[in-house]
Amino acid sequence: MYVLVEKNMVLRAFSVAWLSICLTFVFVAGVNAADRPFGLGSLATTEQVSGWDIDVRPDGKGAPIGSGNAIEGEEIYAERCAACHGDFGEGIDRWPILAGGLGSLTSEDPVKTVGSYWPYASTAYDYIYRAMPFGEAQSLTHNETYQVVAYILNMSDIIDEEFILSNETIGKVKMPNQKGFMMPDPRPDGQPKGNPCMSNCSVPTKVIGRARSIDVTPDKE
Amino acid sequence: MTQKTDKAALSRRQILGGTAATIGGMAVAPLAGATDPNPLNLPPNVPEWTPYLGVGVDATPYGVPSEHESHVIRRNVEWLTASAESSVNFTPIQDLDGTITPNGLCFERHHGGVPEVIPADYRLMINGLVDRELIFTIDDLKRFPQVNRFHFLECAANGGMEWRGAQLNGCQYTFGMVHNVQYSGVLLSDICREAGVKPSAKWVLAEGGDSAGMNRSVPIEKILDDCMIAYSMNGEALRPEQGYPARLVVPGWEGNMWIKWIRRLEFGDEPYMAREETSKYTDLMEDGKARMFTWVMEAKSVVTSPSPEKHIMSKGQNLLKGLAWSGRGKIRRVDVSIDGGLNWQTAKIHGPILGKSLTRFTMPFKWNGEELKVQSRAMDETGYVQPTIEALQKERGVKSIYHNNSIATWLVKSTGEVENVRLG
Repeated sequence: MYVLVEKNMVLRAFSVAWLSICLTFVFVAGVNAADRPFGLGSLATTEQVSGWDIDVRPDGKGAPIGSGNAIEGEEIYAERCAACHGDFGEGIDRWPILAGGLGSLTSEDPVKTVGSYWPYASTAYDYIYRAMPFGEAQSLTHNETYQVVAYILNMSDIIDEEFILSNETIGKVKMPNQKGFMMPDPRPDGQPKGNPCMSNCSVPTKVIGRARSIDVTPDKE
Repeated sequence: MTQKTDKAALSRRQILGGTAATIGGMAVAPLAGATDPNPLNLPPNVPEWTPYLGVGVDATPYGVPSEHESHVIRRNVEWLTASAESSVNFTPIQDLDGTITPNGLCFERHHGGVPEVIPADYRLMINGLVDRELIFTIDDLKRFPQVNRFHFLECAANGGMEWRGAQLNGCQYTFGMVHNVQYSGVLLSDICREAGVKPSAKWVLAEGGDSAGMNRSVPIEKILDDCMIAYSMNGEALRPEQGYPARLVVPGWEGNMWIKWIRRLEFGDEPYMAREETSKYTDLMEDGKARMFTWVMEAKSVVTSPSPEKHIMSKGQNLLKGLAWSGRGKIRRVDVSIDGGLNWQTAKIHGPILGKSLTRFTMPFKWNGEELKVQSRAMDETGYVQPTIEALQKERGVKSIYHNNSIATWLVKSTGEVENVRLG
């Protein structure tokens, strides 16, 4: 009898300890690793996620709190962007052209810029914050990024220079080419009718162009 | 099928070299790159490398190719891009056999250079619409069940310079934005189970840890179907330029989605419309509208030899070699024409024939100095047939840059030299 009680007490003490260990784990980590199929990795904290979760969606989801307009953006653009993209977004050398090109998409030489081609303003924020200036990624503050994006959008007359671009407004900016994209993928296309021809096929076989005569191929060494 | 191909321009004897009776045997004048042999090394003399001891083991602890193969390298086209850090080079597919691309020859495409990721500090974050937001170390990833799979990776812009006409005179420059390796890694479906993906999650944003923070949206169906996080290629750790220590593998889909140096997967209910999937990897049509989310790399093939870099050096017996692939599955058949597409002969395809992986084809042929217009045409297991450039231009115009999987033509001249040409 005595012995039994003692055993029960030991068992009881053990389960309390076990429960508190589990509770501690749940409290600290949210869920036991053993509950996951493989129990690998660790739970990400809110702070860890917020440092890396920098994407911004077309509806503005993910846009960090901040704001700026084109007037404010002019100086930053001149300092941090113009060396490659040009004072007017015209693009230096082969660096991307940012402005203009409206109405050029059906021409022989389409000019695809933020203004003429990009469907969403959020994309400019997302890209500039994560990757620009080239070689100085994530060095702009959120406000500076809003300012630069506002400046670039203003270069294509999408917003006026006083428009406050912010986490509240970025999802509402209408881009000229927003309806210029088609989904879903319509391929396969260009397919022959029936089985592919194997003999006496009706195809043009005259040489009408030679890469060699264009002469843009790099020399071997 | 091959029996019907005995029309004027294509002689069965020419194509099926193994049983042909005529052998030219006359060598053409040596072309650039050929080296005259040293008679002192030829029979009956003892060659210079025989009498003496060679170097011992560990002379090159990590082996390198023979110095005589130093021309087999990746090459770029400098005028294509503004800087080497955001640029591309090309796999020398014309110099390779089989289907596996050696790691050091896999073409590179970076948008912010190659980051020097320290493996001990590498982390993969899972966040968004999941039950548990998680962080994995590279060691965690290697403790998941492993899969080993062969897949090609092709840049959507492979052949993009050739929409309007033959522009670059090289097999490497026109078809070399492709490589094929065996990946070892983790199925994303396993990682998804570990995180507990919510039913509302329809899209995954994959994001790299490079200076471009490269990001692409991938539909959840593809993620769960066959996507992987790979940490090894061809048996060894990923090369830095291929995403060390871990990259996304998106079998059969355009290379831009295969995020290198992957640091994060965010689960969401809508696509993220990142820069690459809106302003770049979209296909502009003649009417000014652009196709978006054109992910699959459709069936394609190329004759790698003869090709603009691989001239025919001798008359008589020769071997035509090529590669075929399809993002929709396995290659079923490859046909070859030597008369510009008038007549076709089915080539031999070599195993293993794997889905979404390069497949090798060959065809022995006899050459007697006549002009040839060499083409190849792949068909995949879905019945898809590699189209002509005319067929693609009719559907899409010439401004879409991406997804040019049309048939190319190599002109073999009477000297044995080969050129990239456009027929019309």
